[in-house]
Amino acid sequence: MEESAKPGLRIREGDCAVLKRDEVFKAVLVLRRRKVIFEKQWFYLDNAIGHIYGTTFEVSSGGSLQPKKKMEETTTETKEAGTDNRNIVDDGKSQKLTHDDIKALKDKGIKGQEIVQQLIENSTTFRGKTEFAQDKYIKKKKKKYEAVITIVKPSTRILSTMYYAREPGKINHLRYDTLAQMLTLGNIRAGNKMIVMETCAGLVLGAIMERMGGYGSVIQMYPGGGPVRAATSCFGFPESFFNTLYEFPLSKVDSLVSGTFSSETLPSEPEYNVPVEEESNGSVDEKQTLIQETEEESSTEAVMESNETEEQETMDLAAEDTEYKESKEKGNKENIREKQRKQQERRRKLVETAALLEEKNADGLIVASRFHPTPLLLSLLEFVAPSRPFVVYCQYKEPLLECYTKLREKGGVINLKLSETWLRNYQVLPDRSHPKLMMSGGGGYLLSGITVTVEKVQSDASSLEAQKIEEPTSKKRKLQELHC
Amino acid sequence: MSFVEYGDTIKDGDTAIVFLGHESMFPVKVQHGSKTQTKYGVIRHSTDLIGKRYGSKVTCSKGGWVFILHPTPELWTMNLPHRTQILYSTDISLITMMLELKPGSIVCESGTGSGSLSHAIIRTVAPTGHLYTVEFHQQRAEKAKEEFQEHKVEHLVTVKNQDVCKNGFGVSDVADAVFLDIPSPWEAIGHAKSALKIEGGRICSFSPCIEQVQRTCLAMEEHGFTEINTLEILLRVYNVRTISLQIPDLGKAAKDNSSTGFDSSNQSNQGSLYGILQQGTAQFKSGVPLKEMVGHTGYLTFATKSLF
Repeated sequence: MEESAKPGLRIREGDCAVLKRDEVFKAVLVLRRRKVIFEKQWFYLDNAIGHIYGTTFEVSSGGSLQPKKKMEETTTETKEAGTDNRNIVDDGKSQKLTHDDIKALKDKGIKGQEIVQQLIENSTTFRGKTEFAQDKYIKKKKKKYEAVITIVKPSTRILSTMYYAREPGKINHLRYDTLAQMLTLGNIRAGNKMIVMETCAGLVLGAIMERMGGYGSVIQMYPGGGPVRAATSCFGFPESFFNTLYEFPLSKVDSLVSGTFSSETLPSEPEYNVPVEEESNGSVDEKQTLIQETEEESSTEAVMESNETEEQETMDLAAEDTEYKESKEKGNKENIREKQRKQQERRRKLVETAALLEEKNADGLIVASRFHPTPLLLSLLEFVAPSRPFVVYCQYKEPLLECYTKLREKGGVINLKLSETWLRNYQVLPDRSHPKLMMSGGGGYLLSGITVTVEKVQSDASSLEAQKIEEPTSKKRKLQELHC
Repeated sequence: MSFVEYGDTIKDGDTAIVFLGHESMFPVKVQHGSKTQTKYGVIRHSTDLIGKRYGSKVTCSKGGWVFILHPTPELWTMNLPHRTQILYSTDISLITMMLELKPGSIVCESGTGSGSLSHAIIRTVAPTGHLYTVEFHQQRAEKAKEEFQEHKVEHLVTVKNQDVCKNGFGVSDVADAVFLDIPSPWEAIGHAKSALKIEGGRICSFSPCIEQVQRTCLAMEEHGFTEINTLEILLRVYNVRTISLQIPDLGKAAKDNSSTGFDSSNQSNQGSLYGILQQGTAQFKSGVPLKEMVGHTGYLTFATKSLF
């Protein structure tokens, strides 16, 4: 096997990979001897390790993956076909093979392609169908019996599509094209200093980090005890990307803005890569989701730790009393020192992050959370430099209406725009091209704008009032209309 | 400033965006001694612009004021001089994400056109990626080259003046992504495939007409592309307005103390439901769609090249 020139080209153990079958995606951790369920099939990923991402596999007996070679399509001789369906009666009896017959074929280990062929031959109505109907029939049977899985590398495109289809509740129903708009409107790129506030399982954070390529820095604001970054770990970023990722608790924002920040009281222990299980929405009924994978790992780690301390204790008991007491005290002291060291490190990082925020020179702000956007925007915009874009996502339109109004009152922003995108998929086939039957009913709303310098006002009046005083009277009304 | 990096203060040689108000802005080349005319008066670059912070308010000679903004590809798209029909940020956003562009990506594009998408791609692949863009119209290719130089991004882009359908992109086995916005994209699919890396990549074709899409999808299939997917994206903008609707006068019931219905005398009841300010109207905030919206730009067809 030749050496792959680039890292990340081949599937490696420990990678987060995405399984794909037609339009269905699922993220899994690549581990040996670990059973994976996907689309009603059980298999092991062992054989996939070492292959290039994008390889297609078939599940063979025993649950092992076999790479599928590209088969030559059966030659399209002019097959017999009908002209329309006026004589086709759907009585449910046109297929001569029974459930048991098909099961027997499957048990014999007959390949999917052959099963489809058998179904066609044993269908009384197949010859009478139109070419298009035959095509549709074959496609349908192939989808059911030719189970082919592709293993793809995670990316914003793949993960945002997957999350929207599987667990939209976890990402506040942020549709992937809306996310795409946010990344572009926010001018997310290498070298920026971004402030992000999201409760989308870390998907938005990951998307931003991907577009920044490890350059620049990201400060993630979080509610509660710590940021949830379940999706972020799926991207497979190198460790270096996380050196410039900071986090800051929302609960300290007010104190920072008012200048009364202190690092004394820290929020309770943050849960970084152990994701918080939010309400499951039933679509994830298979046991081995990625989230469960990481949870299992952390629990095995915990078991290992407790084993070690147990061993130590049994050893201690065997020793003499004083020695036992001393070593136990040492053990406790070690634990306490470790805890203190960690706390100090966290405090140091918190102070460092606070300093970064206090510079008030961030290059942009992205908000996508389950919280009402108005208070978030009004406070977090304080940390953004002038002439920088900001984008707020909300599942609903109404909170953004209020946000818009409050921002107008506050001033310091221009080019405010409230928008949503419509996305439509098409079927493109010769003589059969049309939009698909179903389309997404909604993908959320965006409010975007650009910051500008806020004029320092002498009087108590708001900046809008001050502007009125500045301008010559004749131009007053016209200018106000135009500047909004 | 730079189209690929933020700067704080306006410098000589920068391209800045002058913002006059809603839907009213234009780009300006900052130069010592230059003057720019606006409807609010003159802006003198040396005194009013150079050295000022981006985002500042600048008062013009007649007394009105404007904001000076740092350029971004999105602002550039809204203000660039059109030599051709351009792609707007809505389509650009989806293209960027679906082609999986990021710092370090190598991208091939044709046609360059007015450089709208080009600027967005350059911004995304900087500082380590590269854009190879092909334009068969000589003057447009020249103008694009000039603009990239003016915007200080020429190190990230190579402009070629040739016909992509006949001669391809001029590179092979290097691209992570290819983008086509040409009249006959199906003729360039083969060249696109060879420009893409051997291990695979993404392709996108943008066509206004469904017939073009049909031919392109067929060509993609024949060349072994997978995951072929056609979609379109439309932008809906809302204006935030406070609306007052008049409450209809349904008359009064015969008895004096009847308090049914939604009539204007029962303000204490309705006051909680709607923001009734004055007799007979209900007020509320609404996101009002515009009278007209863009209904179609083009169909976007994406596909994947893989080894299999």
